[in-house]
Amino acid sequence: MSYLDYNLGAVPTGWRKVLYINWALVFLLIAISSIGFLMLYSIAGGQLDTWAGPQIKRFGAGMLGMFIIAFVPIGFWRNMSVVGYVLSVLLLVAVELVGTVGMGAQRWIELGPVRFQPSELMKIALVLLLAAYYDWLDVRKVSRPLWVAIPVVLILIPTVLVLKQPNLGNAILLLATGGAVMMVAGVSFWYFGTVIALVVALVFAVLESKGTDWQLIEDYQFKRIDTFLDPEADPLGAGYNIMQAKIALGSGGWSGKGFMQGTQSQLNFLPEKHTDFIFNTLAEEFGFIGAFSLLCLYVLLIFFCFLSAMTNKDRFAGLMIYGIATAFFLLIAINMGMVMGLMPVVGLPLPLVSYGGSAMIILLAGFGLVQSAHIHRPR
Amino acid sequence: MRRLTRNDSDAARKITRRAMLLGSIQGALVGVLALRMRYLQVEQADQFKLLATENAIKIRLLPPARGLIHDRKGVVIAGNEQIYRVTITREDAEDVPTVLADLARLIALSDDEIARLMAEIDKRPPTLPITLADRLSWEEFSRIAVNEPALPGLTTEVGLSRFYPRGGDFAHVLGYVGPVSDYDLSKIQDPDPLLQIPKFQIGKLGMEAKLEDLLRGKAGARRIEVNVTGREMREIERREGDPGAIVRTTLDARLQNYVKARLGEESAAAVVLDLTEGDVLAIASAPSFDPNLFVRGISNADYKTLTENDHRPLADKTVQGAYPPGSTFKLVTALAALEAGVIGPGETVYCPGYMQLGNRKFHCWKKGGHGQVDLEFSLEQSCDVFYYDVAQRVGIDKIAEMARKLGLGVKHDLPMSAVTEGVAPSKDWKKERYGKDWQIGDTLNSAIGQGYVLASPLQLAVLAGRVATGRAIVPRLVRAINDKDVPSPEAPPLEIDPAHLQLVRNGMDRVMNGKHGTASASRTVDPTVLMAGKTGTSQVRNISVAERASGVVKNDALPWERRDHALFVCYAPVEAPRVAVALIVEHGGGGSTAAAPIARDILLQALYDGFPPLTAYPEGQRSRIEEERKSLPLAAPESFSKAKSRA
Repeated sequence: MSYLDYNLGAVPTGWRKVLYINWALVFLLIAISSIGFLMLYSIAGGQLDTWAGPQIKRFGAGMLGMFIIAFVPIGFWRNMSVVGYVLSVLLLVAVELVGTVGMGAQRWIELGPVRFQPSELMKIALVLLLAAYYDWLDVRKVSRPLWVAIPVVLILIPTVLVLKQPNLGNAILLLATGGAVMMVAGVSFWYFGTVIALVVALVFAVLESKGTDWQLIEDYQFKRIDTFLDPEADPLGAGYNIMQAKIALGSGGWSGKGFMQGTQSQLNFLPEKHTDFIFNTLAEEFGFIGAFSLLCLYVLLIFFCFLSAMTNKDRFAGLMIYGIATAFFLLIAINMGMVMGLMPVVGLPLPLVSYGGSAMIILLAGFGLVQSAHIHRPR
Repeated sequence: MRRLTRNDSDAARKITRRAMLLGSIQGALVGVLALRMRYLQVEQADQFKLLATENAIKIRLLPPARGLIHDRKGVVIAGNEQIYRVTITREDAEDVPTVLADLARLIALSDDEIARLMAEIDKRPPTLPITLADRLSWEEFSRIAVNEPALPGLTTEVGLSRFYPRGGDFAHVLGYVGPVSDYDLSKIQDPDPLLQIPKFQIGKLGMEAKLEDLLRGKAGARRIEVNVTGREMREIERREGDPGAIVRTTLDARLQNYVKARLGEESAAAVVLDLTEGDVLAIASAPSFDPNLFVRGISNADYKTLTENDHRPLADKTVQGAYPPGSTFKLVTALAALEAGVIGPGETVYCPGYMQLGNRKFHCWKKGGHGQVDLEFSLEQSCDVFYYDVAQRVGIDKIAEMARKLGLGVKHDLPMSAVTEGVAPSKDWKKERYGKDWQIGDTLNSAIGQGYVLASPLQLAVLAGRVATGRAIVPRLVRAINDKDVPSPEAPPLEIDPAHLQLVRNGMDRVMNGKHGTASASRTVDPTVLMAGKTGTSQVRNISVAERASGVVKNDALPWERRDHALFVCYAPVEAPRVAVALIVEHGGGGSTAAAPIARDILLQALYDGFPPLTAYPEGQRSRIEEERKSLPLAAPESFSKAKSRA
């Protein structure tokens, strides 16, 4: 059932839209981000200006953006999906040509004063396009090979571009998010089974290729895998980061060392403590209680997204919200799995909490789309 | 507009089902994350807490202040001085060459030194302070301190270093400290962590080395929090160390200073014993050296000067030097003979000026001989033939036994370096040492303190003290530790017939006060401080038959290193002995002329605890003595007050 099938008169207009915002989501976003501000303030040794201040300003800008996007009818965003996708792909190509190298990878692009990663934007654009695609597609054709091949290509184009940067984390994220939208849209499980089998084979091939002239991934990526598998083998070298991260997390214990009392983060033993490893700072200073609370807030946020999607009769809106929520979930799962030593270090921030401007603004924009779908849902 | 179809509602339900599945997968993953969190933060928390502590908490040692050494009256003879140094921390300095160049305008720093420091700074971690200059003068120190804001990374610090306020006076007895070396560490089984501190000072020689454990003290510690680069963030706990013990010696700083000055430029040694408790009042070896030079790191040129000096300033002649005691040993031979009963009071030996033994002639120092000689006269005149005769009858083993009883040939356990045992030779000793049988000629040589007999000035002082008191006096150097007196049990009486001892004492009395006494020129006339003594002149060369025929060459005509050693042992007052002195002047010539006058001055100084009245000296000598006093390079009297001493 499509948005246009419903009575437009029942959809709120003008300032009345404010009343129809999903306030639970807004409060959860503020709560989670506030934990981030607190941690950034702590890591900077009680300095507001270092990280917390700029982060709060960006959060403010992001919230403003979220509300603007939320008030624009969802139909407009659906119509923009193709444009957004093409633009994002072009930006990814551009970053390949003129992007700034950071941390051994080309990820950043500078637009005037704003520096951002097109791969972040790509996630949202991909979800929008896939949702629009399945909204448009006759449901009976969903599992037909040709109609499966089209979204696969749509997913693979940006994935390959991001992988070339190289940015393994975001490539996985794009792949998994696109796959999730396809699965929810009703694509036959046979396809997924086949793909999973192929991926297992590919992983095997990648590991086998190590040291040969047809090596499939970069040396530093192999090193990360080795480090992940046995961090204690070289605690002062490659495994240092993950070892220190686990020490920070584990030493927090049940209730933590107290606000601004974390030795691992305050004394710089913890690397990347304000970005990728911020969760460890939280876990060190507020213990299991603090870390688990944050996880619960994230779960609630995703739960409310799912709830909104399930009660939304518009297929585009539903698929889009599932996609955005899944992308968000994957960020959390990959980051936490990474900093707790369950996954290789792939360099993905903890959403809304890690320091970083573009990621937060684009995430909030994504939630703006969720809000827009919520406000303008068919009644 | 598309219309609602059945397909659409089926699709909607399918989407919801699929979404539920997606949600379940996500929920399962969240469960995994939560379990992992629990595993790390709850189950393994203790292990990780330990690792975090190891990361961040480091222990830094606080060196304790080294224990002070006092003289018997509380004057500091080994103290600690504050030293001023300047260190640099590369991390804070940023532009090290510029900072060093600026520093070089404030204190003397040669280009070579700057280059050496630059290399050192580059080698070390950027957070570690590196000493640029030690022992700055106060002016230099304050100049840097004032300019510190303009010299990033520089820090001025105050530390402690050993200081010997009395300079060379106690160099041999106290020794000196120096920075701990790898060699020192290799000798120690269970090294004190303090020794790991770079340039930590430990006793290298003398009392400083022997009493190291007492003087070092116990390390304090600071627990500090460091960051990942090792930079100190804050101090968590500070426990000051225990300073080393204050050792009060038996020495008298003022007397020691006098002895040192009185020995002057001679190569000499003197030991002054208090006879009530065996306290060593002064123990001086001349020439001396400034131990502070060694603490600061002696220059090659200075060290060369010391080692090339033929008067051997670095050697401690008082306990380390073993000399033929010469005629002072006759006290031993006399007592051995009396105890063995080979000679009694009034019995005489005829001295024709030599003794014929086979085809060898053993000469008396007096060419014409002494005629009939009894024991007292043999001491007064130091007749050699008397002792050749009685020694033959006593046998060497009994003489050796008596020597050991009187403190010769045994090691006196003083906390000083290389204390010699000397030699009191016996038949077995020679067999063991040289694999040869004892000859009767050896006995004759030994009887007059030549040949194999060797004794240190300390042993000779003990000899004089034991003869004077009749008790087995044991010398000691430490009176009290941390104001707790070291017990000194009363010396037991010697197992010698008191009448025999008195006979020998009478002889010693006559050496000074008899008409023909060999040292009567160095007597005292004040009846309360009358001295008894014994001269000694020990040959360091053989006098050939040819030389003796043509007349023995006078000492003055010989090169310095071939002249005789002059020795003198004495005690006073004769009636109730309180102080004994032993003195040797290496290559000084005759004991009566070179040693006895110095020994008398020292003895009187000890008895009067200061300069004796001139009336103590024989009338004809007073004006000369007065002149001599004025020329002595003594330390200012006010420097011996407790308050003025540097702690």
